[in-house]
Amino acid sequence: MVQDRTLGSRLFGAVNFTLLAIFALVTVLPFVHVVAGSFTTSAEMAVNKFVLIPKDWSIEAYRFVFSTSTLFRALAVSACVTVIGTLFSMLISSMMAYGLARRDLDGRRVLMFMVVFTMLFQGGLIPTFLVVKELGLVDTYAALVLPLAISAFNMIILRNFFQNIPEGLEESAKIDGCNDIGIFFRIVLPLSMPVIATVSLFYAVTYWNTYLSAILYLNDSKMWPIQVLLRQIVVLASGFDAGSSMDGEVPPPDQAVKMAVIVVATVPILIVYPFLQKHFAKGALVGSIKG
Amino acid sequence: MMDNTTAGRPLARSSSSSLWGRLSRNKLLYLMILPGLLYFLIFKYGPMFGLVIAFQNFKPSKGVMDSEWVGFEHFNRLFTEPDFLQILTNTLVLFGFSLLFYFPIPIILALMLNEVRSTGFKRLFQSLVYLPHFMSWVIIVSISYVMLTMDGGIINSLIESLGFDKVNFLLSSEWFRPTYVIQVIWREAGWGTIIYLAAMAAIDPQLYEAARMDGAGRLRQIWHITLPAIRSVIILLLILKIGDVLELGFEHVYLLLNSMNRDVAEIIDTYVYSVGIQQGKFSYSSAIGLFKSLIGLILVMLANRLAKKFGEEGVY
Repeated sequence: MVQDRTLGSRLFGAVNFTLLAIFALVTVLPFVHVVAGSFTTSAEMAVNKFVLIPKDWSIEAYRFVFSTSTLFRALAVSACVTVIGTLFSMLISSMMAYGLARRDLDGRRVLMFMVVFTMLFQGGLIPTFLVVKELGLVDTYAALVLPLAISAFNMIILRNFFQNIPEGLEESAKIDGCNDIGIFFRIVLPLSMPVIATVSLFYAVTYWNTYLSAILYLNDSKMWPIQVLLRQIVVLASGFDAGSSMDGEVPPPDQAVKMAVIVVATVPILIVYPFLQKHFAKGALVGSIKG
Repeated sequence: MMDNTTAGRPLARSSSSSLWGRLSRNKLLYLMILPGLLYFLIFKYGPMFGLVIAFQNFKPSKGVMDSEWVGFEHFNRLFTEPDFLQILTNTLVLFGFSLLFYFPIPIILALMLNEVRSTGFKRLFQSLVYLPHFMSWVIIVSISYVMLTMDGGIINSLIESLGFDKVNFLLSSEWFRPTYVIQVIWREAGWGTIIYLAAMAAIDPQLYEAARMDGAGRLRQIWHITLPAIRSVIILLLILKIGDVLELGFEHVYLLLNSMNRDVAEIIDTYVYSVGIQQGKFSYSSAIGLFKSLIGLILVMLANRLAKKFGEEGVY
């Protein structure tokens, strides 16, 4: 790298570095602004619009958003859907992926083709809606989980990982009298924890971010997950139902309140993000290159 | 698939290598696949079968079997409807915007990042710019909303303090497309670099070494080594993107859509939603959806053929 130290090269490096730093800052600043704004009093917000660090820290906005049961309920719905949905999705995706990873299975090519084809062509919004409706899932939480239970992409990531597990391990377990289900749960799964963690997080993020399914299949506002409530509060400036408020009188939410709700909906993602980041690049690559 | 294990000993076939034998030996594996298979049959192939209602006057009370068949009536209606031409135009223009202004950004970012020597900075940069990808569109649009609103948003305050008039970003037709594209860049550009960075990681460092010996500067190295090395990835992603021409993200556009920007923001997906779900015209909206999927499929095949003509590998 000795030749790299020419003036032109250094200048290039400096400009390059600066531009990238600016891009990263611009990406992150909106989040910082919203977090800072959520801890600001309305009075300070009115005077000083460019908050990145609040002068007087205030939890007024959070006290307001948690003063009614509306937000708690939406958070609980999203949390339950995320936990149950992720467990269910992982169970059926990884079992299917393991079956399709086994080279001695007849029909695995046809089954794989069936899965991949759904990535290229789909029935679309209305026919899917009608299927869910016919099954009687409208206005049930199952409608947020079942129609999205398997992502073909995630299933293929799992399958590719399982395929690379040495077959000898499975063979020896079989000789010890273990059946296929036993091999899967006792040998394959423990060896696959990195990919299981990655794909679980992918599913969890999807379920936490569920919006479309909720507006399609849930008519009752009491069943709303956090994303639907968030949109209601921020964009439509409503959503806190007066009935459950303590004083019965609900003013339209101001900037700090909106920001507080955004932060509440974002925090779970921020918590899992470091874990996601550790594995996802690898996971995403395995899927996109081999899939 | 070649069955290598039995090929070597064709005479010694035990009962378990007959088809029935293998099926019953693997019955537990099939049992494990079954729930997933049912999912795909019900929620993916069910709706595909359900597309037949595009050729019917589907009435939920009668069901798919007893509804009246009308052939291509809904498709004919599609092309005579002035609304639909407008919506098709909106869809194509929005796609053009995103192709022109979004598609090159991850490539440029990846090229720039590839030139950074410090792994610490690289890693920090990646942690920061991948983050928005995991936020829902509701969160992305909500953050934009509180920043862009005329009612105390930071951007309009900034514009005002510089002595200009406030801009109604959220409720105007002319700002819809720029807002859409900027949000796509914000959420996806960082994440989009992953695949290019992976392709760049596979480049032999000796190539750069040799280029430096020949006196090539860093820009020339990018132009003659890095870009050609990721060319097939770029083309691959371009093909996939073109196949997605009508796939602009229902949630994203729906969240930005309002009565003030409907003339440019109504795209095929949002139109299907409002005609199908809100007005209950199931057959007509399914016909629109089918039309959209078919165009996507045809475009991907055309783009693929074009890529092969120019000596690239293509997707399939």
